[in-house]
Amino acid sequence: MGKDTFRGGIHPYEGKKLTEDKEAIPFIPKGDLVFPMSQHIGAPAKPVVAPGDHVLMGQTIAEAGGFVSSPIACSVSGYVKEIKPVLTVSGSMVNAIIIENDGLYEAVEGLGEDRDPSALSRQEIRDIIRDAGIVGMGGAGFPTFIKLSPKNDAAIDTIIVNGSECEPYLTSDYRVMLQEGERLVGGLKIILSLFDNARGVIAIEDNKPKAIEHMKKLVSGEDRISVKKVRTKYPEGAERQLISVVTGRKINSSMLPADAGCIVDNVDTVVAVYMAVAKRTPLMRRVVTVSGDAIADPRNFIVKTGTNYNELIEAAGGFTSTPVKMISGGTMMGLSLFDTNIPVTKTSSALLAFKEDPMEKVPTQPCIRCGRCVSACPQHLVPQMLMDAAERFDNDAFIAVSGMECVECGCCAYVCPSGRPLTQAIKETRRSILDDRKKKAAAAAAAGK
Amino acid sequence: MKELVNVSASPHDRSGKTTKSIMRDVVIALLPASAFGVFQFGFKALLVLVTSVVSAVVAEFLWNHFMKKPKLPYECSAVVTGLLLGLNFPVSIPLWIPVVGSAFAIIVVKQMYGGLGRNFMNPALGARCFLVICFAGRMTDFAVEKGNVFVNGFAGVDGLSRATPLGIIKDLPVTEAVGSSVSLSDMFFGFTGGVIGETSAIAILIGGIYLVVRKVISLRIPLAYLISCGAFMMIFSGRGFDCEYLAAQLIGGGLMLGAWFMATDYVTSPITPWGQIIYGILLGVLTGLIRICSSGAEGVSFTIIFCNLLVPLIEKMTMPKAFGLEKKPKKKKEA
Repeated sequence: MGKDTFRGGIHPYEGKKLTEDKEAIPFIPKGDLVFPMSQHIGAPAKPVVAPGDHVLMGQTIAEAGGFVSSPIACSVSGYVKEIKPVLTVSGSMVNAIIIENDGLYEAVEGLGEDRDPSALSRQEIRDIIRDAGIVGMGGAGFPTFIKLSPKNDAAIDTIIVNGSECEPYLTSDYRVMLQEGERLVGGLKIILSLFDNARGVIAIEDNKPKAIEHMKKLVSGEDRISVKKVRTKYPEGAERQLISVVTGRKINSSMLPADAGCIVDNVDTVVAVYMAVAKRTPLMRRVVTVSGDAIADPRNFIVKTGTNYNELIEAAGGFTSTPVKMISGGTMMGLSLFDTNIPVTKTSSALLAFKEDPMEKVPTQPCIRCGRCVSACPQHLVPQMLMDAAERFDNDAFIAVSGMECVECGCCAYVCPSGRPLTQAIKETRRSILDDRKKKAAAAAAAGK
Repeated sequence: MKELVNVSASPHDRSGKTTKSIMRDVVIALLPASAFGVFQFGFKALLVLVTSVVSAVVAEFLWNHFMKKPKLPYECSAVVTGLLLGLNFPVSIPLWIPVVGSAFAIIVVKQMYGGLGRNFMNPALGARCFLVICFAGRMTDFAVEKGNVFVNGFAGVDGLSRATPLGIIKDLPVTEAVGSSVSLSDMFFGFTGGVIGETSAIAILIGGIYLVVRKVISLRIPLAYLISCGAFMMIFSGRGFDCEYLAAQLIGGGLMLGAWFMATDYVTSPITPWGQIIYGILLGVLTGLIRICSSGAEGVSFTIIFCNLLVPLIEKMTMPKAFGLEKKPKKKKEA
């Protein structure tokens, strides 16, 4: 060990003071709940209910639509109003089940009852995690049971719980560690029970001393679990960077964390594992930070999935003035919104609203080759050359300068004094290259048959 | 929600640093050297500096106007070019030469190759070399009139009309040279002959340190340049480890100004970290070579513009390996 950070990265304005001491409180939704079928990476889930059906809290209302997919559980009881496409965070319309909340919170049988994880076989635990609809809640939404089913269990030697929360303004993981630390440790123990050779590491940035102290206290009796303090820097919590900080091993875009003997899970995800396995509760809630200078009373909520963002804004005191920019997620990698009439999904970590948009202040000027993007890039790329290739639509040159290794963290665009949209241009080119590859693969497959 | 909100791809925050604030930092960093030049050489020096800055700015404005360039916020880079060029004139220069030089720097070296960020050669040095070739005598005429504060400065030292210290020590053992007219401390503080901005090593160093502290430049290029130049002189000058000679070489002539302000020009130096070190070493070796072997005593300007031309090659050779790809070469798996 010894290392506490990686080369590159930036120190954006943190903004965590707004909400870090605000206890996450449960939020009771009033309106309809909306469950988009794509809340994860992979195939959309398939509805297993029809309009008019009565559903219970904790009931599976959509099943996995493929291997890489995830079922969806209903977070309230009520009636299925309709199934229709709705607007989601990404700006696209996604098929969704709309539930009319009857306010009774009738639960399915056995919901919330204790279960002894040690009485379960490994396969049973993995099946429970799959059926509970657990996906990576840090933002990517990769189905957790796939992560926990590597080719070779014995090769996994480190389970990293990502509590670094390096995105500005977000304090939801921090609140989870403080308020539900016991469940976090319980979830990590369940995951460790799947891998004989693994140790558990809870990685926390050093700007959260309270969480570090609290977690250290909780794991003091555990010989397989430790807490690692990592340096506060963005993107400390990026999967590849965190693995290298904790284990010293490096992976690239063609490798999985399991290739480095690691599994990385977000704090809230590990708590969800505990709830599913030990408390018979599928994933139907998450902690959401509502913050930003345009929010009257920034705070954290424990939210039922499917809750409308507008209700959360209202509960946080509404807007102090008309926001100029609204973001779902953090300021570095979050998605900007044009409408807040969208539902909370498994991956919604925050809703931010700002009076000002720093992006419109700096006009795009010519690159002066200052090299700030090179020093900031945590992937050790030369973003200036990537953007050069992107602007020429030269995909081959883009690949030649390792463009596909980019993790789209946004550091280059953040530091650019000429206001150049580096990350944005690079992202676009990466998408087009990935699309081309998909098309080529499909064409090759068709020709092969 | 009826009002329109901004929608854009992430990231949604910026560091706040702008091209303009960087250029402003460079101008601030050049102020000690400029101020010392004026203190030493008098109002005429100020006149030379102002003339070059104003003509650079005017040249850029005229080019943008007549070429119908889109209006972008003014980023002060022409001020930096003009000031750097101005610092490279001897005080005796007729004022029309800075005008020609600035216009050449901005229009020929910078704008004709695509403007800010696209020029392959440092504009100020390109223009300086052009002027040295065209007006060799006037560019190296370090004579100053005596008894006139307007041209003689406030420093009140003799010896300004002599050749530059490097010219003196080129042929003499340094102890004799020191004995005759220049001392190391004079060179360090700047009470010697030379162009307006190069005489005071300490003033340039203060500016250089300011740039490093403000994170405008990294130490890679200046240190690699100075250390390699010193090492090269030590090995090949035939004087061995002669501290005074080495110190005189390092703080004399245009080396300090070149290493801290010219070689570190963003546009014309490598963007890759290892490239910057190699570039610095190359500069040091070539400067040493020219100083030892050529007939003149100076080599910084030509060295830097020559190395400017090598930058694309250096960058190609020093592309950093991406995170996780350090050990094995990238395998192409595309179908």
